[in-house]
Amino acid sequence: MEAFTKLTGIAAPLPMANVDTDKIIPARFLKTIARTGLGKSLFANLRYKEDGSENPDFVLNQEPYRHAEILIAHENFGCGSSREHAPWALLDFGIRCVIAPDFADIFHNNSFKNGILPVRLPREVCDQLMEDAKLGANARLTVDLERQVVVRPNGEEISFEIDPLRRHLLLNGLDDIGQTLQQATAIDGFEAKQRAAQPWLYR
Amino acid sequence: MSAMKPRTLFDKIWDAHVVETLPDGTALLYIDRHLVHEVTSPQAFEGLRMAKRQVRRLDGTMAVVDHNIATDASRFTGIEDPESRVQVETLERNVKEFNVPYIPLADARQGIVHVIGPEQGLSLPGMTIVCGDSHTSTHGALGALAFGIGTSEVEHVLATQTLLQKRAKNMRVTVEGPLPVGCTAKDIILAIIGKIGTAGGNGHVIEYAGSTIRALDMAGRFSICNMSIEAGARAGMIAPDETTFEYVKGRPFAPKGEDFERAVAWWKTLPSDEGAVFDKEVFLDASEIVPMVSWGTSPEDVLPITATVPDPASAKDEARRKQMQRMVEYMGLTPGQKLTDLKVDVVFIGSCTNSRIEDLRNAAAIAKGRKVAEGVRAMVVPGSGLVKQQAEQEGLDAIFKEAGFEWREAGCSMCLGMNPDKLTPGQRCASTSNRNFEGRQGPGGRTHLLSPAMAAAAAVTGKLTDVREIA
Repeated sequence: MEAFTKLTGIAAPLPMANVDTDKIIPARFLKTIARTGLGKSLFANLRYKEDGSENPDFVLNQEPYRHAEILIAHENFGCGSSREHAPWALLDFGIRCVIAPDFADIFHNNSFKNGILPVRLPREVCDQLMEDAKLGANARLTVDLERQVVVRPNGEEISFEIDPLRRHLLLNGLDDIGQTLQQATAIDGFEAKQRAAQPWLYR
Repeated sequence: MSAMKPRTLFDKIWDAHVVETLPDGTALLYIDRHLVHEVTSPQAFEGLRMAKRQVRRLDGTMAVVDHNIATDASRFTGIEDPESRVQVETLERNVKEFNVPYIPLADARQGIVHVIGPEQGLSLPGMTIVCGDSHTSTHGALGALAFGIGTSEVEHVLATQTLLQKRAKNMRVTVEGPLPVGCTAKDIILAIIGKIGTAGGNGHVIEYAGSTIRALDMAGRFSICNMSIEAGARAGMIAPDETTFEYVKGRPFAPKGEDFERAVAWWKTLPSDEGAVFDKEVFLDASEIVPMVSWGTSPEDVLPITATVPDPASAKDEARRKQMQRMVEYMGLTPGQKLTDLKVDVVFIGSCTNSRIEDLRNAAAIAKGRKVAEGVRAMVVPGSGLVKQQAEQEGLDAIFKEAGFEWREAGCSMCLGMNPDKLTPGQRCASTSNRNFEGRQGPGGRTHLLSPAMAAAAAVTGKLTDVREIA
């Protein structure tokens, strides 16, 4: 996983609540056995017309947002299924950070596992950042995970909260399986105790 | 934690599975059962292979195909769609390479992962259960802690049989009183989501309680817990009781004999203690529940079948007005139009929400002696091969076929638009599934969520129908 420290880039405004994972990537694109290559299918139903051509009204089909690295949305972003294809598609498109008032739990977890930073900020602040984002190429936002701030184009800094463990893993790009396997003795111990108490769980 | 402090059902299962607590409060949580399917596992097995890791608990893992397979006879002669075929073949190669127990497509036990887990006794009360699928919340109906995970977490569980988790908050939804005629568990959960919203359960585990819930059979309890995720909660739970124990007893992977007695003794200690504190409480009076149907493209946009299409002009703010406007347009509706005037093109009875034998019986009771309306395609997709067998023994297949319904093979089918069963743009579908998102059942498809009996009623009249006027 690529570490996330500080990102300065174009932010795309997506003023929608309940952006579900079927919107982010429809199920017909989940028939892949790879993690990469999903960027072209990101928001497919919104991004392309029925004949496959681009829908010029959709933000990611407009300049400069084709090069967006940050997405700003409304409440409950990523609700719906557990598909990790949603963060994979965002990442493959080039988006490393999503800012919204809140996120659905599974999407929130999945993002961290893939080096995408979900930033929770109040609705008014998101609306303000969306106005910044509408200024186009000149309106680049900076998201600094080290200092836990979003920097607006006018230089104003907005701080955000983040779970310290997740911040640590993301800053260092750490794989948590390796981390957990260091606890192998504790897991062995748990299993021995559980096996004695509930042998039917082991067969 | 003091031993005297009253605990919830969730607290008790959580506490029993903490391997270690990290300094920041994150728990390393032990996972008893891991269910695996073809769509969210290939990249996880690939990760194991690259890191030269093994599957830690083969006896705690079970794999099955359900999402992208066809539900007609074509599936037995090979999968037509090349991408779907690669995904299924990849799972078959992975289970072989890693020795993971597997229920193949041709096995009578094959079916939707959330139907077969409980059916086989793989899912038991008191367990922690995960699967790379958000509807894993279904299994919580047994009194288990069951939740959906992403592919990175699938890999984590395969390698370590644990997950790093932050403890969720406790929420209780209490439903009291007898359920009115024509209403089912599906109407209860749609009413709950309508009340609390699709983010109402975010960060929480919901325990469903009260006399209405206690009176439900297991199929109804599965339907309720299944849609917890549509209320934003990763897990839904119902305290195990005699109904649960009766259901579990004798299932292939359930404990037997003395083990069963020992297990029941533990399971009986699990219900929330008197005085346990919930961070959030919601109450519903069952007598106020009516047959429900969704009108918009979010599961919270539900209404009684007797209602009319809402007017975006009545929205509480501009953002909601815009959202409602988009939904009305996408769904092809006119504000003020009666929901019962909406003609349907397709009826889908199936999915991990509503494909169990009890669901099929409810639908068959309406279909019996009637005919599917002219121009409507109606399909019944049993949740597993065993549900299909039982339905055939009871003659339900004959009732459906006689009425003009398609009687199909088990799988996820038209719930999610990733196998051949899909809506075409503009088609309106009365569906017993769980999500009405834009494009969920196929690009441009229009989904109305409802109960199996309501779906069957729509099939025979050709429009959304109040089942109470038929039964």
